[in-house]
Amino acid sequence: MPETSRRADANPKADSTAVEVADLTVAYRDKPVLWDIDLSVPMGVLMAIVGPNGAGKTTLIRSILGLVRPTAGQVRILGKPYAKQRRLVGYVPQRGSVDWDFPTTVLDVVIMGRYGELGWIRRPGAAERRAAEEAIEKVGLTDLADRQVGQLSGGQQQRVFLARALVQDSLVYFMDEPFQGVDATTERAIIDILRTLRDEGKAVIVVHHDLQTVEEYFDWVTLLNVQRIASGPVDEVFTDSNLRAAYGGRAALFSRELAEQRERAKGGDGP
Amino acid sequence: MSPATEIQILAAVVAVACALPGVFLILRRMALMSDAISHAILFGIVIGFLVVKDLASPVILIAAAATGVLTVTLTELLRRTGRVAEDTSIGLVFPVLFSIGVILISQKAGDVHLDTDAVLLGEIAFAPLDRLEWAGRDLGPRSLWVVGIIGVINLIFILLFYKELKLTSFDPALAASLGFSPIVMHYALMSLTSITAVGAFDAVGSILVVALMVAPPATAYLLTDRLSVMIWLSCAIAIVGAVAGYWLARWLDASVAGCMATMAGALFGLGFLCAPRRGLLALAARRAKQKTSFAVTALTIHLSQHEGTEREVVECRRDHLGEHLGWDKPFADRVLQTAIRTGAVELDNGLMQLTDRGRALARTAFAR
Ligand SMILES: Nc1ncnc2c1ncn2[C@@H]1O[C@H](COP(=O)(O)OP(=O)(O)O)[C@@H](O)[C@H]1O
Ligand SMILES: [Mg+2]
Repeated sequence: MPETSRRADANPKADSTAVEVADLTVAYRDKPVLWDIDLSVPMGVLMAIVGPNGAGKTTLIRSILGLVRPTAGQVRILGKPYAKQRRLVGYVPQRGSVDWDFPTTVLDVVIMGRYGELGWIRRPGAAERRAAEEAIEKVGLTDLADRQVGQLSGGQQQRVFLARALVQDSLVYFMDEPFQGVDATTERAIIDILRTLRDEGKAVIVVHHDLQTVEEYFDWVTLLNVQRIASGPVDEVFTDSNLRAAYGGRAALFSRELAEQRERAKGGDGP
Repeated sequence: MSPATEIQILAAVVAVACALPGVFLILRRMALMSDAISHAILFGIVIGFLVVKDLASPVILIAAAATGVLTVTLTELLRRTGRVAEDTSIGLVFPVLFSIGVILISQKAGDVHLDTDAVLLGEIAFAPLDRLEWAGRDLGPRSLWVVGIIGVINLIFILLFYKELKLTSFDPALAASLGFSPIVMHYALMSLTSITAVGAFDAVGSILVVALMVAPPATAYLLTDRLSVMIWLSCAIAIVGAVAGYWLARWLDASVAGCMATMAGALFGLGFLCAPRRGLLALAARRAKQKTSFAVTALTIHLSQHEGTEREVVECRRDHLGEHLGWDKPFADRVLQTAIRTGAVELDNGLMQLTDRGRALARTAFAR
């Protein structure tokens, strides 16, 4: 069955740039958190942002979305400032950023993804409900649609957020640690959905903390630690020296593990 | 209408007007802000009074509401400096404004109808004396009109911006990314809270405004998982508390406002104990059930360890159950009953035997 996207007409050319960040500097008061970041992400990629805790990954996403005011620099989404492209961008915040005891159901939260399209005052109706139910089905939560969101497990909450991003029906997605607190099965389910989005020509940018799975899940990667260490296709950029630059002293451990993993992968294929 | 009826209607309307913004205050964890606003507006009331010399003037309402918003702004600015936490900055701002208000009253307005008792507790019992007249006709108590209009404004605002209030309260980051400014909604809600506090101030005084804003929504929060239900339930609870408060006051011959707040607190206490899912009793029942079901699992594991061994006849005797697992007799009996009822264990001549289901239970517990 063909995917019927509400944006079929707006689908951009595959070679257009999803996100262009130039000279982005962000400071909280006098403490610089991001220094002079340049970044260019094409459409049709699934990109990981990796870096140690406090590297500024969340801040990078938040400043691209205009939630944090940068000290300097420019951000363009599909060639225009973010404020003009809101409708084309989907966002999955870190799970810990909301109050899950809020009196609201799974269906309610997923419908929130349509609010941007509705604009001020207009209430969601049957069409929004249907879109939300469809997305809930895609993430496998149909049985829980009427539950209060606090009664869900961490992985299920993460899938609620994902469903909400899906109903935004965007071209560029930003997701902050969507695998956090998620079991292996859910992680599989999520990555499958992200790949589908990528295969539809969208750009999916994901803050990720598990270096072990970067090569398996993603085709692009940005290594970040206050400064941009490297950014590009995984096989070019995800190297030991870049990892060492991003993770400092701890990199030795990571790179050894990675080397072993690669060794095993090769061994498994057989000579 | 008799004064008694008028007072009850006024009490109910004040309570509903306060409960409406209160719902969002508690969901945004800003209950303290209502306290700050309801105190700080005294400053605006006094300044307004000194300017127009007429307590009935709408200028006072506007000046007071502006002070409420000023409080919110100053708090926000102070917090932004990063030197103090949010609750600290609230605690720093409103006492300053409130105390200036108190000083001004005692110095300048000593000879008018504005004293500290009225400020703290209001005078709802006297509200029917101050009537609104138009073309020689009596339209009812003036404060009923003021609070009624404010209540309707609150209701219209919430109905119009329900979706925006919900989104900015639940997930401000998504709201901002979609173009619904959480800051705009914050200040809109704070302005409403200020106006409501001013309107209710006359009737119930500054301390009790807080009780009416916080207690009914907090009670409703315990009773439902839906925001829309929480809003209507808050209003219903507010009305019950207000009317019950009036009769309590009649019975005790005490302050009506004080009794309204007491009833609001009592209703919360009732909800806190008895709420179906979030109440203390429900919580205790759930804990007990969890404890038993965990113990059943422990029992199946214990039995599976000894199944088919020589010591089975010793370890799996029902009489020795408590002794081996360190449970007292009533608890051990309850666990065994549950285990038998759920089909995990069978009794055979006083010997406990696992069923297939019991074995499966032990296995999955181990696998975890
Ligand atoms: N609102 C804030 N105010 C002040 N400092 C902040 C704020 N948010 C983040 N920081 C600081 O900015 C740095 C980067 O944070 P963040 O972007 O969350 O990193 P990451 O997501 O990579 O773990 C951290 O040192 C953090 O302490
Ligand atoms: Mg982060």
